[in-house]
Amino acid sequence: MRDGEGLEELDRIAREIRGRVVEMSHRAKTPHLGSALSCVDILVAVYWATLRIDPRNPRDRERDRFILSKGHAVSALYAALAYRGFFPVAQLETFNEAGSALAEQPSPACVAGLELATGSLGHGLSVGLGMAFAGRLAGLRHRVVVLMSDGECNEGSVWEAALLGASLKLGQVATIVDYNKWQATGRSNEIMALAPLREKWEAFGWSAYEVDGHDLKALVQVLDNVPDGSGKPVAVVAHTVKGKGVSFMEDDNNWHYRSPTAEEVRQARIELDLA
Amino acid sequence: MRDAFAAEITELATEDARLVLLSGDIGNRLFERYKQRHPDRFLNCGVAEANMISMAAGMALSGLRPVAYTIAPFVTTRCLEQIRVDLCYHNLPVVIVGVGAGLSYASLGGTHHACEDIALLRVLPNMSIVCPGDAMEVRLAIRAALGQERPIYIRLGKKGEPAVHERPPEFVIGKGIVLRQGSDVCLLSTGTVLPLALAAATRLERDGVSAQVVSFHTVKPLDERLLTDVAGRIPLVVTIEEHSVLGGLGGSVAEWLADGPSRGVRLLRIGTADEFMHGGGEQEHAREHFGLTAEKVAERTLATLGVIGRR
Repeated sequence: MRDGEGLEELDRIAREIRGRVVEMSHRAKTPHLGSALSCVDILVAVYWATLRIDPRNPRDRERDRFILSKGHAVSALYAALAYRGFFPVAQLETFNEAGSALAEQPSPACVAGLELATGSLGHGLSVGLGMAFAGRLAGLRHRVVVLMSDGECNEGSVWEAALLGASLKLGQVATIVDYNKWQATGRSNEIMALAPLREKWEAFGWSAYEVDGHDLKALVQVLDNVPDGSGKPVAVVAHTVKGKGVSFMEDDNNWHYRSPTAEEVRQARIELDLA
Repeated sequence: MRDAFAAEITELATEDARLVLLSGDIGNRLFERYKQRHPDRFLNCGVAEANMISMAAGMALSGLRPVAYTIAPFVTTRCLEQIRVDLCYHNLPVVIVGVGAGLSYASLGGTHHACEDIALLRVLPNMSIVCPGDAMEVRLAIRAALGQERPIYIRLGKKGEPAVHERPPEFVIGKGIVLRQGSDVCLLSTGTVLPLALAAATRLERDGVSAQVVSFHTVKPLDERLLTDVAGRIPLVVTIEEHSVLGGLGGSVAEWLADGPSRGVRLLRIGTADEFMHGGGEQEHAREHFGLTAEKVAERTLATLGVIGRR
């Protein structure tokens, strides 16, 4: 996926997923659309270029693991898993319907490819460390990628995991922070002093990188390099824009709770070149 | 109890290569032999219990059988959300082992008292709770726990508890062990107070009261068969636990009685009161404070039998 054509394809997939996620939020009247849109490029880089996975064999012992620790953005993960072939794309239309496998936040093993039920923040990295420990013990070379939000870094358990992950030298672990600068009720840096975030991870003993979280090429490059040879786990601080891809949603925190109208879906699809 | 745990877990790790022991920065000397034999399957998680429990979940999701060990309040209430979401919601085979049940660490103060842990964990779906009554039950409980495919909490005392069983009893999770038959009262004991229950039965015998004693080691799932038998033939059931009278064994039996048909059986719950204990003193002092002595149990049992006209 390093050539120009491959990147164009990734960009097309990312736009389709964005359009799908906007529709899902409209149909199901679900919140957290801005949070879902901010991590779509990361998910595409992870699922189409980074993870060694086989949708036909989703429980393969040697597969790379991905945990969406920011479970409120799971509409984007559902869409990524469906487009990647883990389950039929048509199933996305049941998102958040009564009795649907695709709940607003994921249940354990609700669909193939979903590694962890999340929704309560600050769990994913610790679980990921456990998976990586187990993998290393078994002599497997699989990697574990965890995606968390910047607001999630408020949780003390994240920093417990950061400390132990470094002491265990779990170099096959990468945690990506979707740093969209917002959390539920305000600017993440005003609510809790997160900045300087890359330096924090570095100070905790991680090999820390900073990338544009919407630059697919940069994301693929940094994730391709895990483990990075330093022996340390990898932290990727991905600078993102909440609501990315739809002009009237970008960097507007109202879209943490709002769901779009039919007209707004139409507008969004035009902007995403999907109309 | 903790020495029995250390010995058994070392053996079990030899038998089962999936077993991993996680410690919350305690038991350095205790696990010396384990660490010598299985250095790659011992993980000191530091003083970070939330992370320890979630990591255990990740290990279980990858096919390992983690056992997470530290002081009871810290491995239960400190990380309750991680237990609820990562272990119970996912129904993962992780064994939580808490050392210092009830008032074991009385002198360390309220921070180290564990008198609400059973109540808090008992309401979590998929969770089992086992409180062994002596060192032999500890060994049997941990072995049985690793045979389960779901989360379980094992609540240990500390060390030096008197041995109750002379030889290994039949031990099944969810099945109480009858130690002594009786017809006037049934003393249901869970965990560290088992010797106390037996002593109370001896006291009662002197007063002509025939007391059945059960090591009711499993608080969840409740041994309803045994309870049905007891409630059908004995007029008074006394629950004894080094835990709050709210929500533990006493609470469980009260709920069970309330749900069932009217059986005419009377329940007396003996445990710690709904209050924090302040001030110095060791376990013995703290037990006295809460009336957790053989004399007090016998006294209250006699009084209740008097009230219900059986004395």
